[in-house]
Amino acid sequence: MIAELGHFALVLALALALAQAVLPLAGAARDNQAWMAVAAPASQGQLLFIAIAFFALMQAYVSSDFSVAVVADNSNSAMPLIYKAAATWGNHEGSLLLWVLILAVFGAAVGTFGNNLPPKLKARVLAVQGLIAVGFLAFMLLTSNPFARLDPPPADGADLNPLLQDPGLAFHPPMLYFGYVGFSMAFSFAVAALIEGRVDAAWARWVRPWTLAAWIALTAGIAGGSWWSYYELGWGGWWAWDPVENASFMPWLLGTALLHSAIVVEKRDALKSWTMLLAILTFAMSLVGTFLVRSGVLTSVHAFASDPRRGVFILFLLVIAVGGSLTLFAIRAPSLRDGGLFQPISREGSLILNNLLLAVGGVIVFLGTFMPLFADVLHAGAISVGAPYYFLIFNPFAALLIVVMAVGPLLPWKRADLAGALQRLTAASAATVVAAGLVWWLKTGGPLFGVLGVALGVWLLMGTLVEYGERIGILRAPGDAWRRARQLPRAAYGMTLAHAGLAVAILGMTGSAAWKQEQVLMMRPGDTVSLAGYDYRFDGVADVAGPNYTATRGTFTVTKDGTPVTILHPEKRKYPVQGVPTTEAAIHTNGLADLYAVIDSPDDAGAVSVHLYHQPLVPWIWAGAVLMALGGLVSLSDRRLRVGAPSRRTAVAMARA
Amino acid sequence: MTTAPDRPAGTRPRHLLYLLPVVLFVVVAVYFLVALYSSRDPQEVPSALVGKPAPGFTLAPLLPDLPGVARADLGGSVVLVNFFASWCVPCRAEHPYLGRIAKDGGLPIFGIVYKDKPDAARAYLAELGNPYARIGMDDSGRTGIDFGITGVPETFVLAPDGRICYRQWGPVTDDDTEQALLAKIKECRR
Repeated sequence: MIAELGHFALVLALALALAQAVLPLAGAARDNQAWMAVAAPASQGQLLFIAIAFFALMQAYVSSDFSVAVVADNSNSAMPLIYKAAATWGNHEGSLLLWVLILAVFGAAVGTFGNNLPPKLKARVLAVQGLIAVGFLAFMLLTSNPFARLDPPPADGADLNPLLQDPGLAFHPPMLYFGYVGFSMAFSFAVAALIEGRVDAAWARWVRPWTLAAWIALTAGIAGGSWWSYYELGWGGWWAWDPVENASFMPWLLGTALLHSAIVVEKRDALKSWTMLLAILTFAMSLVGTFLVRSGVLTSVHAFASDPRRGVFILFLLVIAVGGSLTLFAIRAPSLRDGGLFQPISREGSLILNNLLLAVGGVIVFLGTFMPLFADVLHAGAISVGAPYYFLIFNPFAALLIVVMAVGPLLPWKRADLAGALQRLTAASAATVVAAGLVWWLKTGGPLFGVLGVALGVWLLMGTLVEYGERIGILRAPGDAWRRARQLPRAAYGMTLAHAGLAVAILGMTGSAAWKQEQVLMMRPGDTVSLAGYDYRFDGVADVAGPNYTATRGTFTVTKDGTPVTILHPEKRKYPVQGVPTTEAAIHTNGLADLYAVIDSPDDAGAVSVHLYHQPLVPWIWAGAVLMALGGLVSLSDRRLRVGAPSRRTAVAMARA
Repeated sequence: MTTAPDRPAGTRPRHLLYLLPVVLFVVVAVYFLVALYSSRDPQEVPSALVGKPAPGFTLAPLLPDLPGVARADLGGSVVLVNFFASWCVPCRAEHPYLGRIAKDGGLPIFGIVYKDKPDAARAYLAELGNPYARIGMDDSGRTGIDFGITGVPETFVLAPDGRICYRQWGPVTDDDTEQALLAKIKECRR
């Protein structure tokens, strides 16, 4: 009964979405206030009905109602409650429902809190959001109904993929989707502005908080996914350039570019058409990611469904949304006039370079991801693109971006003195050279990119700190620095935190890629092996039983020069329902490095295949990502974004002042 | 996008530039559509190089008493080129099969140590034995990229004319795969 209620709520949501898409758009074109006023309540109603559908599905999972097909396929009565709830989005249908739920949350947020938006802009933004919702709700109802029943229902469910039975599943997909779907706001604002034919500083100010919120969530989602693959897949790595990882990374690259170009629109009334294009493409990449995961054109561990009918439907949505908006762009963008003039060497210039490099990075990842598919279609034979491609092609551009990133914030708007800015970075350069020299000396014979990576990380970190120090005048007037620091806008702190966070993450990535050490061997109880100065004594294995799995748990006593460091308990779990084993890595971190142990099931003689890793600096990757997300949050709390622009004219005047 | 402050607005070429994104998108969408109906299993990763001459390379020897490997050493007879590394667990599992394949197939195996420390690779061979007739070191992984490998181990059957005749993707760790590889070696002789 509850499942049918959910199904019915979805149909109602679709009807409301249709109304939200059509009426306000027509109303805005004909100056009909009443039609435009439909948008806000429709967006709220849509949220209500989709939430009803979502919780109806969750209820079916939590109560193990195996007469609902997706529950029977993806759940089991023996699963812990948290995974039953999280399994709601651990499959194709349920994750789509989460997708539209988040879309509805964003739409209702604009409908409810967007009172300072000009009525026409608000109506059009909500209409575009409504259109996206129509597409995805129709997709669900026509091809992927989450409430389909089974008759007769099975006695028990087929279980959730054991790899997904992890606390990470509860947080990773919602975060990621919040990011993907959040970029739909920038998209809707861009399409609305293109319909209106007007983009100004006020527009940029309205778009930025939404973009920033999506960016924060996507940053956290990507970092969370990489953390999950690090500890759950037991391969000792944290990023594999897997197509689905790339699908999240491409919108992140473009979204990051969008965040920066929107600043130029807001403060300098320039780069408008480029910003429109980025807003469209960022969301397009989110949709491409959806297409990639759900159509089976490229496989991956994440692939939910390989049904060509679904693939065609998503492609159709993609063509309508992206093709339509890009056509609108081709018609309207040429008439957008940029106001602010500037020299190539200026803050604007550096942000353009930032955008260019991020966009090139996005193109490289896109080509790397889809080249196998393109080559196959062209009958050029099947090819595969792996980590070496990204290492050789992507990393140099990323490195250039980092080099510029330390300089850009030091340049003033309009016209800048590059030599002067570089001079102010003398301390940062000195620190970079010292750090690189130190690494060279400490790790002689190690890979060269290790030295370069550390140099880049230190350069960016120091450059960011120098910029902050100059802002608060720590050297010029130290007595006044505290007062200045307090008065600095939160957006400035956000930038400092986010840039520093990236620097920290780069140091972490470099450390793990350049100096990871590992040992693979068979061990018997009592054996000791040493790795990177730590002695690992294998104390044997024990069988343990979990709620819905059995596991072999190994015990390693780790000592350094005789003093105990930690005890590691890696596990090999077996989930009987699906018969799939999973690896639970045991990780001990000391902040500077991770000690990482993985075991396999013991053989008849009691020996166990052991894989040990010493991962220098790896925790810094996630520490850096947390800093970046935190920087975004601090920036989001800036008064300027919270209050919003009171009206178009004053906002423009303020931006020009 | 342009930084020129005084660009003339609304001229023809600029209009065409604004059309570029949608044109590119249409091209990509057509690719997607064709790919949806393609029957290829995306999991399978055959090499684009099969049937083509092996790429050029010269690799320094790993062991003092065994020569390195270069492109010039290929050709004349059927040869197996095996990429391996001491850090690679499947290579360890594959190792015992290599010696048998060399014997049963009656052909030399050239080893290429992929992105490994020479000491570690020597210790690996000292522990497990050496089935290779020549061993070259590919420290940088360049030769691996040129061969288009996606991981280690990977094994290539080189025909007498120096062409890549077959590519074994992934390790040979069971008798069926071993027999299949031996059959391919036989085919490549012809």
